[in-house]
Amino acid sequence: MPEREITYAEAVREAMCEEMRLDPDVYFMGEDIGVHCGAFGVSAGMLEEFGPKRVIDTPISEAAFVGAGIGSAITGMRPIIELMFSDFMAVCYDQIINQAAKTRYMFGGHANVPMVIRTPSGGGTGAAAQHSQSLEQMYCHVPGLKVVVPSTPYDAKGLLKSAVRDDNCVIFLEQKLLYRTKGPVPEEGYTIPLGSADVKRPGTDLSIITYGRTVQMSLEVARRLAAEGRSVEVLDLRTLSPLDTDAIIASVKKTKKAVIVHEAVKFGGFGGEIAATIADSDAFCCLEAPIKRVGALYSPVPFNAALERTVLPGCDRIEATVREII
Amino acid sequence: MECVLNSLSCVCRDESLLDDRALLLEMLEKMMTARKFEEKVFELYSKGLLHGTIHLGIGEEAAGVGTAMAMAPDDYILVTHRGHCPAIGKGCRVNAMMAEILGKQSGTCHGRGGSMHIADFDRGILGANGIVGANAPLACGVAMTIKLKGIRDRVCAAFLGDGAANQGAVHESMNLAAVQGLPVIFCLVNNQYGVSMHISKAMKETDLTKRAAGYGMKAFECDGNDVLAVYEATRDAREYALREGPCLLVEHTYRTSGHSKSDRNLYRSMEEIAEWEAVNPVVRFSNFLLDRGLFAQEEIGCIDRSSDDAIEAAVRLAFAAPDPLVDSATRDVFA
Repeated sequence: MPEREITYAEAVREAMCEEMRLDPDVYFMGEDIGVHCGAFGVSAGMLEEFGPKRVIDTPISEAAFVGAGIGSAITGMRPIIELMFSDFMAVCYDQIINQAAKTRYMFGGHANVPMVIRTPSGGGTGAAAQHSQSLEQMYCHVPGLKVVVPSTPYDAKGLLKSAVRDDNCVIFLEQKLLYRTKGPVPEEGYTIPLGSADVKRPGTDLSIITYGRTVQMSLEVARRLAAEGRSVEVLDLRTLSPLDTDAIIASVKKTKKAVIVHEAVKFGGFGGEIAATIADSDAFCCLEAPIKRVGALYSPVPFNAALERTVLPGCDRIEATVREII
Repeated sequence: MECVLNSLSCVCRDESLLDDRALLLEMLEKMMTARKFEEKVFELYSKGLLHGTIHLGIGEEAAGVGTAMAMAPDDYILVTHRGHCPAIGKGCRVNAMMAEILGKQSGTCHGRGGSMHIADFDRGILGANGIVGANAPLACGVAMTIKLKGIRDRVCAAFLGDGAANQGAVHESMNLAAVQGLPVIFCLVNNQYGVSMHISKAMKETDLTKRAAGYGMKAFECDGNDVLAVYEATRDAREYALREGPCLLVEHTYRTSGHSKSDRNLYRSMEEIAEWEAVNPVVRFSNFLLDRGLFAQEEIGCIDRSSDDAIEAAVRLAFAAPDPLVDSATRDVFA
């Protein structure tokens, strides 16, 4: 029997529904997630199955409902909070950074925040500067937050189920341009541990270290180079915090060349942390070329499609960078 | 209700409260303990024996203790950076509080939080918050747990100051609580100053009770320097929150201590502070108990001495307690 294929959005929904069926303390809250099914249709059918008590539509008040998620988490619930666009973290930054991330430590380990903030991230949709950002590095810099960026439907389901079961606040950055992509996803429940990278394509000549939407682009570049007999490995980090440093180091020691790719702005981006991880390790001595990085240009995301394609990284820019050192 | 120096005694609407001698005794003990705790913390700071910052609530004993004592043991409170008084009111142990302020392993947060983040989750004290107004959203979530788990007879009170009244998160939370019908008391302790800014400069309309109507909530109001008035108003607010949903409780008071350790009181006169200190809540309640013949002078003196002893013991224990192990510095970042 062929493996079942579902979309990334369906995989996210399936993970939420499975966890809500398993655990009555899990509930779902956010803006327009009920009748409207969320801005990207992710929660279709959930209000019907779980009712308004567990699928809670809120007013447009991100600080209030993200904070409410935290308050419920420290008193025994396991909320899944949907932030309609990851850019909106800016209006509830205090609750995420000063509250969710700090609560356990600051109170001496006497409280946990078992909460997931799911939020669509990234550009390429013509939504311009305030609805297109990739801000994962800002969360990664704050101790107390876990950060997950799935690139396939299979990973989205397994990682989200782990995130819901985790006793910490997990920022789950969904890739809005991947929502409609399809892939094989088992119908049964399974989890993928947070903090484990995945070799999406093994190779021997160069490692592309990436996560999120640029994983698919990197795979395309690897296929292009394979036609010329070049073997490119694509390592999907899947979780940025905690970071699977062992996988990064092992891959680079094997291929001796590294290109780091993400959609976020290159300057100050998480790629710098990955590059430093390599440079700090014994993989450094194996390097046969400088570590290269590909990311968005230093600019807000523009509306015009041609400008947006220019600012955000694409296959051609990744390929050109790979060719510089392979 | 004007925030005025209006009385040297207390007012009791429900005279049956006065038959509950244990309650009155506990109120007086906790208020005296809170006062002496704060004074001792200030003394330690002044002598250079205390590392870091402190925010004292001297003058706010009735508001903190009266409201916390009107809560049921299983009720939750979320307090502000100026949170010592309500924490003591809700039953937090001064030994653990003093140890926390001195950064010790035996402190409420094992030295990770300090004065600004005292918490006692076993007693429903869900932490003191260093961000003004940030505990209002948290309180909504705590009340959601109460509602989602179908718990009856439990509420959550968020302590806020007049400064927090102008924070966006507080407005969002009042609206969210109202629209969801959550059992939250927004307990707005109006001590008249947000750090150095007087309430009259921070808002055009200084009658904070009017905020409630905008969210479809009921407002309660009391003389926040009268512990019996605070207790009764909180009891009313609690019953309302259980039955109808969120409400606003405005308590008018005054902090005679500075905002924080660096405050030189450049924004108010020493006369103003002295006037308020003369009618401080502990004095008022003691006078009331004496005037009504409920407690004798010797009994009050005895409570005064025993709270002194309790604070001295807390300081002794805290200084003798070990610091956290240095290699535990990054423990508890994650569960």
